[in-house]
Amino acid sequence: MTSIPVAPTRLVTQARRDASADRNFRALVVLAAFIVLVSLIGVAFSMLWGGREVLAGQGLGFFFSTEWNPVENRYGALVPIFGTLVTSVIALLIAVPVSFGIAVYLTEAAPVWLRTPIGSAIELLAGIPSIIYGMWGLFVLVPMMTEYVTPWLNDHLGALPVIGELFQGPPIGIGLLTAGFVLSIMVIPFISSVMREVFLTVPVRLKESAYALGATRWEVVWNIVLPCTRSAVIGGVFLGLGRALGETMAVAYVVGNTVRFSASLLEPGTTIAALIANDFAEATDSYRSALLLLGFVLFVVTFFILAIARLMLMRLSRREGVQ
Amino acid sequence: MNSVQSQQTRTSQRLLRKRSAINAVAMVLSCAAAVFGLVFLGWILWTTLSKGLVGIDWALFTQSTPPPQESGGLANAFFGSAVMCGLAIVMGAPLGIAAGTWLSEYAGARRIGMVVRFVNDILLSAPSIVLGLFVYTLVVAQMGTGFSAIAGAISLAFIVIPVIVRTTDEMLRLVPAQMREAALSLGVPQWKVIVQVLYRGASAGIVTGILLALARISGETAPLLFTSFGNQYWSTDLASPMASVPVVMNQFTASPYESWHTLAWAGALVLTFFVLVLSLLARAILSRNKVRHD
Repeated sequence: MTSIPVAPTRLVTQARRDASADRNFRALVVLAAFIVLVSLIGVAFSMLWGGREVLAGQGLGFFFSTEWNPVENRYGALVPIFGTLVTSVIALLIAVPVSFGIAVYLTEAAPVWLRTPIGSAIELLAGIPSIIYGMWGLFVLVPMMTEYVTPWLNDHLGALPVIGELFQGPPIGIGLLTAGFVLSIMVIPFISSVMREVFLTVPVRLKESAYALGATRWEVVWNIVLPCTRSAVIGGVFLGLGRALGETMAVAYVVGNTVRFSASLLEPGTTIAALIANDFAEATDSYRSALLLLGFVLFVVTFFILAIARLMLMRLSRREGVQ
Repeated sequence: MNSVQSQQTRTSQRLLRKRSAINAVAMVLSCAAAVFGLVFLGWILWTTLSKGLVGIDWALFTQSTPPPQESGGLANAFFGSAVMCGLAIVMGAPLGIAAGTWLSEYAGARRIGMVVRFVNDILLSAPSIVLGLFVYTLVVAQMGTGFSAIAGAISLAFIVIPVIVRTTDEMLRLVPAQMREAALSLGVPQWKVIVQVLYRGASAGIVTGILLALARISGETAPLLFTSFGNQYWSTDLASPMASVPVVMNQFTASPYESWHTLAWAGALVLTFFVLVLSLLARAILSRNKVRHD
């Protein structure tokens, strides 16, 4: 009994080594997944921690004040929050109908041989760095806004009773409207490719049944495709909204970077991301704290928007799984 | 009887005309939307090309960023971008592949897996400037070294990770279950199954993920603004500020100097070209892989 045969020992140690290697490998990948999970929480808390000075000093008044005075250390988040929301809303007002049109064109209207090239062209353009959209905005769009669009808006819409105030402003070209427009061009590829993908998930036999009953293309889109994919389409729109809210470089050159409230869309303003990008590197400590707190606000808002988007998109894929 | 019938025909014909008119309008509008999108996106590409080609010459790749009104190139910025993007991939890719492996092979459809997947999807589209702020408070402010290339690389790695986690997870789940079962039934330990069988089967997809992540970070400006900052000179020191193409473009675009604008557009053209080539390459690898599996 003292000597154990050689071969089984080797097998046993081999098995033991395998088992421990398996455990180690598992621990390694669990750790990696844990880091992903923790980094999200870390992102949120690091900014809240960095902004604690201003939050403690000004309390909730930070979120409701329009005063932004780094010299006297008084910070109010309302103007950049307002600018972020307004530019994103302008972007969606333009981008959603256009993206819907593109998705309809690519799934129903275009000749089949054109669908793949146009679809991939638009998807490739989603990869262009956002700073290039910003440069285009500054060097091409701003002169055009100054020359043609702003005077036209002043003359034609500026005189209208209620909305007129939105379109009165100096012809300087930079401002919330220009920023919103550049953003809309930027999010069109994102929203249209999500819409196109979800439109393609609609079962062909549903559409063919409608066509067989004599429905027109538009009726198929409006009464069959859209109801089938409604939640995912909304998810795609929210995904675009999440992009627009947090977009920095496409906005920073054309928004004007002025922390001053103005009712007009043609006046310069600012957004949270643009303000951080412009001022953070040269800011004093307490100013940095205020910008970090603004970053926290941006992160929380985009978190909820993106969470809604994912839940909406997941609903479609779950239903698809059932079918 | 006859008049009733003809009246019915007339009504239905009117209805049909109305419906086809609505359809025609909708189709024309959708076509116009496609043209609108393509015109603007094409316009941006054209601007980049026409303004960028002027500045493309040999000096662009051999000389460092010049002071205003002098000639020079972007060599230090290209070098800095390559270093930081390379480091970001080196740091982010193993972590992303490991986390994606856990999602696909260990977590599966369990609740905790769904939570991590959800969190990863949110990180995937989180504003990149926020990740820059995170790395600023985590690395730049804590370490006391100030702005550094390594901090820039870490902030880019946080953008790389979610992209690679997602593609790895998706690609591993595409590998047929029979492969796993066949290997496991031969007594191969699970880690060996994953490393030698599954990674091999999903390698094209994982490489695609890495290429897409590289394409994404090579144009990222916002997270680098207050992590790697910028450097006018050639620098190989990872612990000090380093130039990068997007940050230099940002600085030059905001300046009033014509010569800097030309360099910024030349950088934009090189960047766009690089990103488009990477995405095309990624697509080519993926589609070739798809054909082989069918």
